[in-house]
Amino acid sequence: MFRKRPPPEEERRVRANDREYNEKFQYASNCIMTSKYNIITFLPVNLFEQFQEVANTYFLFLLILQLIPQISSLSWFTTIVPLVLVLSITAVKDATDDYFRHKSDNQVNNRQSQVLIGGILQKEKWMNVRVGDIIKLENNQFVAADLLLLSSSEPHGLCYIETAELDGETNMKVRQSLSVTSELGDPNNLAQFDGEVVCEPPNNKLDRFCGTLYWKDCKYPLSNQNMLLRGCVLRNTESCYGLVIFAGPDTKLMQNSGRTKFKRTSIDRLMNTLVLWIFGFLVCMGVILALGNAVWEKEVGALFQSFLPWDPPVDNFLFSAFLSFWSYVIILNTVVPISLYVSVEVIRLGHSYFINWDRRMFCSRSNTAAEARTTTLNEELGQVEYIFSDKTGTLTQNIMTFNKCSINGHAYGEVMNILGAQQKRVQPLDFSAWNPLADRDFCFYDQSLLEAVMVGEPAVHEFFRVLSLCHTVMSEEKSEGELVYKAQSPDEGALVTAARNFGFVFRSRTPGTVTTQELGKAVTYTLLAILDFNNIRKRMSVIVKNPEGRIRLYCKGADTVLFERLHSCNHDLMNITSDHLNEYAGDGLRTLAVAYRDLSEEQWEEWSERFRGADKATDCRDDRLAAAYEEIEQDMMLLGATAIEDKLQEGVPETIAILSLANIKIWVLTGDKQETAVNIGYSCKMLTDDMTEIFIVNGHTVQSVREELRKARERMLESTRTRDGGKEAEAQGWGGACAFGNGCGGGAAANWMPDESKCPPPQAPPSSILESISGEFALIISGHSLAHALEADMEREFLETACACRAVICCRVTPLQKALVVELVKRHKKAVTLAIGDGANDVSMIKTAHIGVGISGQEGIQAVLASDYSFSQFRFLQRLLLVHGRWSYLRMCRFLCYFFYKNFAFTMVHFWFGFFCGFSAQTVYDQYFITLYNIVYTSLPVLAMGIFDQDVPEQRSLEYPKLYEPGQLNLLFNKREFFICIAQGIYTSVVLFFIPYGVLSHATQSNGVPLADYQTFAVTTATALVIVVSVQIALDTGYWTAINHFFIWGSLGTYFTILFAMHSSILFNIFPKQFHFLGSAHNTLGQPVVWLTIALATVICIAPVLAFRFLKLDLKPQLSDTVRYTQLVLQKKRKPAGRAGRGVGGTGVASGSTLGRLGRGGSRRSGYAFAHQEGFGELITSGKNMRLSSLALATFASRHSSSWIDTLRRKKHANSTSAQNTPPTGEDSTASSQAPPFSTSSSAADEAGQPCNEPVLAHSPDDIALSVIRCPEREVGECSTGNVQEAPFVWKGTGTRISGASSPGPPPIAEETSSGE
Amino acid sequence: MKNEGEGSERPDNTAFTQQRLPAWQPILSAGIVIPGFLIIGLAFIGIGIGLFLTSQTIQVWEIDYTGVEKDSPCVRCTIQSSQNCTCDVTFSLSELFTGPVFFYYGLSNYYQNFRKYGVSKDYYQLTGDTQYFKSPQDVCSPYKYDSQNNPIVPCGAIANSMFNDTFELYQIINGTTKKQVPLDGKGISWWTDYNIKYRNPSSVNGSFANAFEGTVKPINWPKAVYELDPVDQNNNGFLNQDFLVWMRRSALPQFRKLYRRITEGDYAAGLPAGNYSLTVHYNYPVLSFDGRKKVVFSNVSWMGGKNDFLGIAYLVVGSLCVVMSVVMLIVYAKFKFSDDDDA
Repeated sequence: MFRKRPPPEEERRVRANDREYNEKFQYASNCIMTSKYNIITFLPVNLFEQFQEVANTYFLFLLILQLIPQISSLSWFTTIVPLVLVLSITAVKDATDDYFRHKSDNQVNNRQSQVLIGGILQKEKWMNVRVGDIIKLENNQFVAADLLLLSSSEPHGLCYIETAELDGETNMKVRQSLSVTSELGDPNNLAQFDGEVVCEPPNNKLDRFCGTLYWKDCKYPLSNQNMLLRGCVLRNTESCYGLVIFAGPDTKLMQNSGRTKFKRTSIDRLMNTLVLWIFGFLVCMGVILALGNAVWEKEVGALFQSFLPWDPPVDNFLFSAFLSFWSYVIILNTVVPISLYVSVEVIRLGHSYFINWDRRMFCSRSNTAAEARTTTLNEELGQVEYIFSDKTGTLTQNIMTFNKCSINGHAYGEVMNILGAQQKRVQPLDFSAWNPLADRDFCFYDQSLLEAVMVGEPAVHEFFRVLSLCHTVMSEEKSEGELVYKAQSPDEGALVTAARNFGFVFRSRTPGTVTTQELGKAVTYTLLAILDFNNIRKRMSVIVKNPEGRIRLYCKGADTVLFERLHSCNHDLMNITSDHLNEYAGDGLRTLAVAYRDLSEEQWEEWSERFRGADKATDCRDDRLAAAYEEIEQDMMLLGATAIEDKLQEGVPETIAILSLANIKIWVLTGDKQETAVNIGYSCKMLTDDMTEIFIVNGHTVQSVREELRKARERMLESTRTRDGGKEAEAQGWGGACAFGNGCGGGAAANWMPDESKCPPPQAPPSSILESISGEFALIISGHSLAHALEADMEREFLETACACRAVICCRVTPLQKALVVELVKRHKKAVTLAIGDGANDVSMIKTAHIGVGISGQEGIQAVLASDYSFSQFRFLQRLLLVHGRWSYLRMCRFLCYFFYKNFAFTMVHFWFGFFCGFSAQTVYDQYFITLYNIVYTSLPVLAMGIFDQDVPEQRSLEYPKLYEPGQLNLLFNKREFFICIAQGIYTSVVLFFIPYGVLSHATQSNGVPLADYQTFAVTTATALVIVVSVQIALDTGYWTAINHFFIWGSLGTYFTILFAMHSSILFNIFPKQFHFLGSAHNTLGQPVVWLTIALATVICIAPVLAFRFLKLDLKPQLSDTVRYTQLVLQKKRKPAGRAGRGVGGTGVASGSTLGRLGRGGSRRSGYAFAHQEGFGELITSGKNMRLSSLALATFASRHSSSWIDTLRRKKHANSTSAQNTPPTGEDSTASSQAPPFSTSSSAADEAGQPCNEPVLAHSPDDIALSVIRCPEREVGECSTGNVQEAPFVWKGTGTRISGASSPGPPPIAEETSSGE
Repeated sequence: MKNEGEGSERPDNTAFTQQRLPAWQPILSAGIVIPGFLIIGLAFIGIGIGLFLTSQTIQVWEIDYTGVEKDSPCVRCTIQSSQNCTCDVTFSLSELFTGPVFFYYGLSNYYQNFRKYGVSKDYYQLTGDTQYFKSPQDVCSPYKYDSQNNPIVPCGAIANSMFNDTFELYQIINGTTKKQVPLDGKGISWWTDYNIKYRNPSSVNGSFANAFEGTVKPINWPKAVYELDPVDQNNNGFLNQDFLVWMRRSALPQFRKLYRRITEGDYAAGLPAGNYSLTVHYNYPVLSFDGRKKVVFSNVSWMGGKNDFLGIAYLVVGSLCVVMSVVMLIVYAKFKFSDDDDA
C-alpha cells in the first residue's frame, strides 16, 4: 500500500517531455488512492485493525482462558458466538465502505485527459499522467494535475479558470502563460519543448508558487499566475496546454485535503473509558473473590477435602485462588457485554436510516434526500456546540439579484406597501413584451419603476445608463438578441442585467467604445477611461463621451466613499437616499450608490493629460493613478442607490436563529472578501445592528493582530462592566418577562428563551471574566491576520476573544486555515464541532471537525464525499441537529444507561453468590441463560428503545431549541450517570440474589421437596432478573410503538418459551449431557412461593427507581419533561390548559418587545464588487481580452456549465425567502401583534415551507384563517395542526421568535385566529 | 406546485420512515404513581399478612444430632474409629404434629454448590449409557478410577459423597414400648429426575448387577449402586430415591433434603403428642470440616414449608410503599402548591 517514501523533496526538477529524466526522482504519479484495503489485504488488515480495539482483544483473551479446563467456568460458546458475530458485522461494514472509496477513486483516476506523447495527443487516463507530461485541456474540463500553463488558445496566453473546488470562489480568475511559451502554440512545437522547471517541493499553499523555468539557456521566473491547479475548471478558454508539475497526492488540492481520520464520537470515547474502568472493576472483583477463595480453601476447603479433594495440580490454596481469579474474570466478563458494540452500531445504523428517510430533509428541487454517509456519529449530532459554515453555496445560493433601488429620492422595489394584502401572489413584471432583449429570468415586482422608465423620467434613465455603462462586464451575443453577460462578480452581472431589462441594454464593447441599446435605440459611447475598482477606492468610474459629444463620468461605489465626493447641492437627496440605504442595509441587502458628473471638454483634456502622466510613471504608479482618479471623482451628482440581494439559501436566517437559540455558536469561514462575508453575516442575522460592537481584525503583522485582539477584549470587558449596571432596568423593560436571559449564553438570543427555569440567575459569578460577556459582540478576522492568530503563542488569545463573541466571521481563509480554526476550537474547547460546506475548499474543514456536513448542490461533490452527512439545503441543518441529533443522543444515552444497568444487574449476582459457594466461580444461572441473556432475552427491547424512543415530538424540538442543551452539556450520559446506572445495577443484583436466598433457603414445595436446590435457585433468579430488567426497560421506554410492545412482550415470551423448551424432556433426550436442567422450569415456576419471590424482588428493585423518578420529575423537571407533560395534557384535553403551559410558554410575551429592537439599524454596507478583482478595467481598455468575446461565443452557448452567469440566468423564484422576509414594517410592532402563524412550518417542511410562508404577508384575519386550513393539507400538516391547537401557547412562546428573527412585521391577528380555532 | 410523482428519490411517506409511528407515551404522572404505590403497598401488606399467618401455622421440629455438644447422644459416634455406630435421639412433641409430616435431614457448612463438586458427575453414566461405565468422563476426576484403575460407577464427587446416615423413628408409648413410625421413601425426588433424567442400564442376562460388570462402587460407599435397594428394583441403581435426592445438589451451603414422608398407618394424620426416639445410624462424617447434621420434621401449607422471611418481607415492602406514596403525595402537593403561588 505504501510505497517507500523517498526522502522529503528539497526542490522539484521537472523536464518537459522527458519521462526518463523525471522518473529518476520518483515523483508521485497522478493516481490517487483513498481506500484502505484491497482484496488480499482486507482480511488480515481488517482483523488487525479490529483487534486493536481493546474490547475485541479482550474477548479473544477470554476465549483463550475458557479453553483451559482448570479455569473454564463457562463453556467456550458463551464468548465465541458473540465475538464472531461482532467481528463479521464490522468487517462487512468496513468492506462496504472501502468498496465505495475504491469506486470513487477509480472514477477519478479513470477520467480521460489528452497527453502529448511523441508529438501526438493521446488519450490517457488521469492516473497515467506523469510529472513532466504536457497535457491539453479543453473548455470546462477539470484540471488533472497541477500544471504550468504553457500556452492557450486565447491571446497573450491568457486563460480563465474557476477555482470553486479549491477555494470556493466562483468568479473566474485569469492565468497567463509566460510569453516565451505562449508562442509555442501548436502541439508540434510543444513536443519539442524541453524546458526544465525547478520549483518548490509539494505544499498546500494555494496562492503561492515559486519556481524557475530554464529553457534555451534562459531563466524565467514562475509564479502562481502561471499555474493551473488540480481541481480548477477551465472556463471561457477553448483549450490550453500545461506541463504537469505536481501530480496525484502532491497536488495542492490533495495536499490541502488533510488526512482521513477515523472519527469517534465523544460517547465512543467515554464508552471506551468506561469499559476500561469496568475492566478495572472486574479485576478488583476478581481479586476480592480470589482472596476469598484463598481464605476459603485454607479455612474450609482444606478440611472439606474428604468430599472434594483438591485437584492434583492444584494442591495449595494460593494456586487455587489464582485459578479462581481467572475463572471469575470469565464469568464476570458480562459486565462488559460484547453485544454492546454491536448494539451501538445497530442503533446508529437505524438513526442513519431515519435521516436518509426524512422527507423533511428532502429537497424536491434537486431531488436529493439527506444522506448519512457515516453511520457512527449520529449521537454526536445532539451535542454540537460550534458550527463552522462555509458561505458561498452553503449560506447563500451564490445568486445576486437586483432587488430594490432608490432613484432620485424615490424608493422602488417595495411592492407590498402599495397594493397590500389584496395581492395574493405578486406576478413578476413582464419585460419581454416591450423589450426583446430582456433577460427572461430577471424578476422584479415593482410596476412603478417600469412606469417611471416608460414615462421617461430623466433621473431613472440616467440611473440605468450608469448601470449599463459603468462596469467591466463582457457580453456575448450568440445570435441577435440573445445576450450573455460575463461578469467577474455576480453583483455587477446583476446590475447590468437589471439595466438591460429596464431598457438600457449593454450590448458590446471594444477597447474604446461601449455599445448599448437605450430603449430600443442603439447608442455607442466612446469609452474615454475606466477608473478601475480596488479595495481602497471602493468605487469604479467610467468616463464616456456620448454620440452628442457630451462627456460624463459615471461612478458607482460604496455609499460612504461616494457621499464624500458629491456636489454640495446633493445634500437633501443624499439624506433621503441615505435613509433608503439604511433600510436596505437593515434588510441585509448589498448597496451601492450611483452618481455622475458632467465634464467639459477642457476638464477632460486637462485631466487625461495628468492621467497619462500618472499612468506612465515608473515609480509609485499606483499612488499617482489613485491621486488622479481622486481628482476627477469630485463634485458628483447623486443618482440613487441600488440594493442587491445575495440570495440566501432558503430559511437560512431562521435556521441560524434557531440554532443560536439552541446555544450553538456559528462561525462563518469563507474564502470570500471581508465585505461580502460581513454582508452575509447581516442578511442571515448573525450580525445585527444592535450588536454592541463588531471587531475587525485585519492586521498584517503579529504585533498588530495581537494588539487588535487585545483591544477587542478590553472593549468587551469595558462594555460588560457598563452593561452590568443597566441590566436590571433593561430586563424590566422587556415587558414583564422575568429577568432571564442575561448570562445565559447570549444577549438577544437569550431573551427569547421561553424557559426561565433553565437560566442560571444573572448574579451567578462567572468563572472567567471573558465568559461572562454576553455575546453582543462579533469578530471578523481576515485570512492574513488569522495566519498570525493561529500561531501557537497567540491561538489561545484568539480563541478566547472569538469565543466571547456571538458571531465570528473569518474571511479570506484558505482551506487549510479553515481546518486549523476548527482544530483549534476542537482542541481547546472540548466542544463538539460541526463543519458545513459545499465546495472542495471545505473538505479539510469537514474532515477535521467532529462532524462534517456537505451541501450537495452546485459545486461538485468533493465536499459531499468527504462529509459525514449531506443534504442540499442549509436549513436542513436545524432538523439534523435539533431533531435527529437530539433524538440520537437521547436514545443512545438511554440505551447505554440501560445497557450497563442490565449487565451489572445480571453479572453481579455471581459476585454475591461467590460468598456462598466457596468462591468457586460457580455461576448462578444456567450457561445457556448466560449465553442468551444479552443476545436474545434483553437485546431487542433496548434496541427498540434505542432506535425509536422519543421524549418529545419532533416539532417540539424545533420550537424549544433549549431542549438541545442537555446534549451540549453532556448531561444524559456521563460518568455520573454511569455510576448511577451501575449502582442501580448492583442494587438490583443484591436484591436478585438475597431475596431468593432468603426465601428459598428454607422454602419447600407444597409436596415437601425443598426449593433450595441449585437449579430451582437458578431458574428463580434468572426469571426474576428477566422480569426486573423488562419492567425497567418498560419504564425507560418513553415512546411505545407497536414495535416496542412487540419486543418487550416478545422478549418475555421468548424467555419463557426457551426456558421451557430447554428444560423439556425432548431436548434432554437428544442431548442428555447438554440440557440437564430438565424439568426445572416446570418444577420451579409451578410454585406460588417462587412467584411471590419474583414479585417481591421486582417491586424492591423497581419501586425506588419509580419513586425517585417521580420525585425528580416533580421537584426538578427537565425542560423535556415539561414539554412532554404539556404535550400529553394538551393531547388529552384538546384545549390549551393553563397550568400546562407553566414554565414553558408563560414568558413569551416578552418576545415582541425584543423583536422591536431588531429592527432598523444604522450600519450600511456597500455591496460593490465584492467578489471583484482589480485590473479588469485595464484589461478591457488595453483590448487584451477582446478576442475572447468572439472566440468563446460558440463554446459559451453550447456548454453546460455551472458558472455564475448561468446561475444568474437560472433564477427561478424571485419571491424567495428573503423577498418575503422584507414585508412592510409593522411600524409599532407590539408584543401582541407579533404572531407569525407558521413560523415553524416554514422551517420544518421543505417544499411546503414556501407556500405556507406566504400568508405571513397577508394582512386580513381572513387570510390567516384561510392559511390555517390550507397549510395542513400540504405536508406541514402534521406540525401545523398541532401548532394551531396549542396556538396561544406556542405562538407566544417560541413561534414568534423563530420567524420573528427574519420577518419583523407580520400582521396583528394572532389572537383572533387562535380563538377562532 | 411540486410534482409528487417526480421525486423518485423522495423517501417514502410512511409512519415508520418518518418516525411518526403511533405510540403510547406514558408519563409518570401523580395520578398514576401515587395511587399505584398505595395499591401495591396495600396489596403487599395483605399478602404479607396472609403469608405470615400461614407460616405461623406450620410446625417445624429440628434436632441437631451431629454430636458436637458433650451431652449429645451421638457424641460417641463422632470418634473416628467407631463403625456402624448408632445412637438414639429422644424428643417429645407436646401437641399433635399435623400430617403429612415430612422428615428431612439437613447439612450445614456443606458446599454442594462448589463448582468443581457440581460438575463432578457423568451424565451419560447416569442415563444408563454403559459405554461410559468403562471410561467415565474426566470431570469425575479424582473419583473416576479407583486405586486399581477400575472405573467407578457412578463416578464423581457428588455420588461419592452421598449422605449415608439412616434413620428409624419410634414413638415411645407408655414410656417403654417403641412403636416404629412407618417412613415412606417413595416419590421424594423430582418426578422428572426419576422418570426421565436418570436411567438404569438394562439388565444383562437377567441380572441387574451384571450390567455393572467391570466397574467398582464409589470409594466411600459401603455397597454398590445396584445394591442400594435390593428389595425394590424400582428404587435401585441410579433410580434410588435417596441417591436422586442427593444428586440434586443444593444451591447453598446450608440445606436440607427430604428423607422420608410420614403418611401411613396410624401416623397419616400426623405425629401425635408424646415421646419419640430417633435411631440414627451414624455413618456420615461432617466434623472434619466443621459441618452439622440435623433432622427436621415439618408439615406444609399451600405455600410450602415454614417461611417467615417471605411474609415479613412482604409486610416491610408493602409498608414502605405506603409510606412512599404518602411522602410523594406530600411532596407533590407541596410542589404543586408552591408552584401555584408562583403562577
